[in-house]
Amino acid sequence: MNQEVTQRKLYRQLFSSFFKIGAFTFGGGWAMISIIEREIVDNHHWIERDEFLDLLAVAQSMPGILAVNIATVIGDRLHGIRGSAMAAFGSILPSFLIILAIAIFLTPDTIKNNQVISAIFMGIRPAVVALIVAPVLTSAKAAGIGWKTVWIPLIVALMISINIGFVSNPILYIVLGAAGGYAYWKWSLRRMARSKSATSGSPDGGSASPADTESATAKESERSDDNSEK
Amino acid sequence: MNIYLKLIWAYLKIGIFGFGGGYAMLSLVEHAVVDPGWITETMFTDIVAISQMTPGPIGINSATYIGYVAPGEVDPALSSPMWGVLGSVLATLAVVLPSFFLVIYSSHFIRRHRESGAIKAIFSGLRPVVVGLIASAAIMLMNAANFNPNRITWQLVANIIISAVAFCLVYFKIPWRGKRRSIHPILVIVMAGVTGYLLYGL
Repeated sequence: MNQEVTQRKLYRQLFSSFFKIGAFTFGGGWAMISIIEREIVDNHHWIERDEFLDLLAVAQSMPGILAVNIATVIGDRLHGIRGSAMAAFGSILPSFLIILAIAIFLTPDTIKNNQVISAIFMGIRPAVVALIVAPVLTSAKAAGIGWKTVWIPLIVALMISINIGFVSNPILYIVLGAAGGYAYWKWSLRRMARSKSATSGSPDGGSASPADTESATAKESERSDDNSEK
Repeated sequence: MNIYLKLIWAYLKIGIFGFGGGYAMLSLVEHAVVDPGWITETMFTDIVAISQMTPGPIGINSATYIGYVAPGEVDPALSSPMWGVLGSVLATLAVVLPSFFLVIYSSHFIRRHRESGAIKAIFSGLRPVVVGLIASAAIMLMNAANFNPNRITWQLVANIIISAVAFCLVYFKIPWRGKRRSIHPILVIVMAGVTGYLLYGL
């Protein structure tokens, strides 16, 4: 009974967080990230920042509307399929209601030629850019980006923002990043197995223990992408 | 076929094949709704402009708007608000549902194999890429449309200052009543909107 009450409270919090996020998202899914970070990571402590990055990767690699995908993946991570429905619904509802109100009561021209609205938006747009720059830095910290790995986000950002067809497609870099991480892991497994058999000299040193490989991936994950962009 | 079924089908396709966010989706939307003559090209341009000027994801905004307008445009008998609302509910759900289930399915799959070395390795490779993706979104928005739409130097300077101040408020923690806190991004957006009104609207 008590558990049911707290469960319902969590659904409500999830819904209201994403309702706020939906109501104040200007300029696409990436502009949501600082608001989501603040609500989900800093205020409610629902998810750690590095896991948040993993969820973003999942949301971005799926088709559809990024903002809704982010809401879905976070809601699902927190409270399963009902949580994802709450979060997705919350993120959609504000824009749905606002657009419906405009469509029913106003004509397009009253909005388009409204001096007050366009003045407000001239102020909001540069601020939104800043709201996307801030999570670049916080997420770089959370991802453990150092001097050895900083080239990966730099190249990805450069290639995507020059905007020339296939090489600027974000999906390409998601695939390369995943493949690079995997290849580096395989490579370090093999290297470790080799060095182990060399130092111990035992005949069965060819297989590395799982614990060793885990720590190796954790420690050297920063350099994981070495062969991805080539 | 009924216009509502056509609308659902068109938006399901957009939801499945729309990779790369709102703006990339708009060309799909244009083909899907302007080519069959559901709405005119000018109307589409208007709807895109309003979708950009209102909060929320542009894909949802345009789906809601087009879903509302299309039934009445195709069949004048359906031009009452009730039929329009039905269209906007259906179009919005149709554009969201495919990716909703895809996202849930893939995140369950990943969670089931969380502890496997391969999944960990893949995510360790993805994290730096995601940082780059966010950075690219920021870079692409640093354009004249956002900073200097009217080609007036003082406005460019003012907008750069707005952007810099907004960044500092969100990123740095500011001592306030004995605690170091950073300002909520929503508050920053509201303050930027007020600044915009004071600078450009009076």
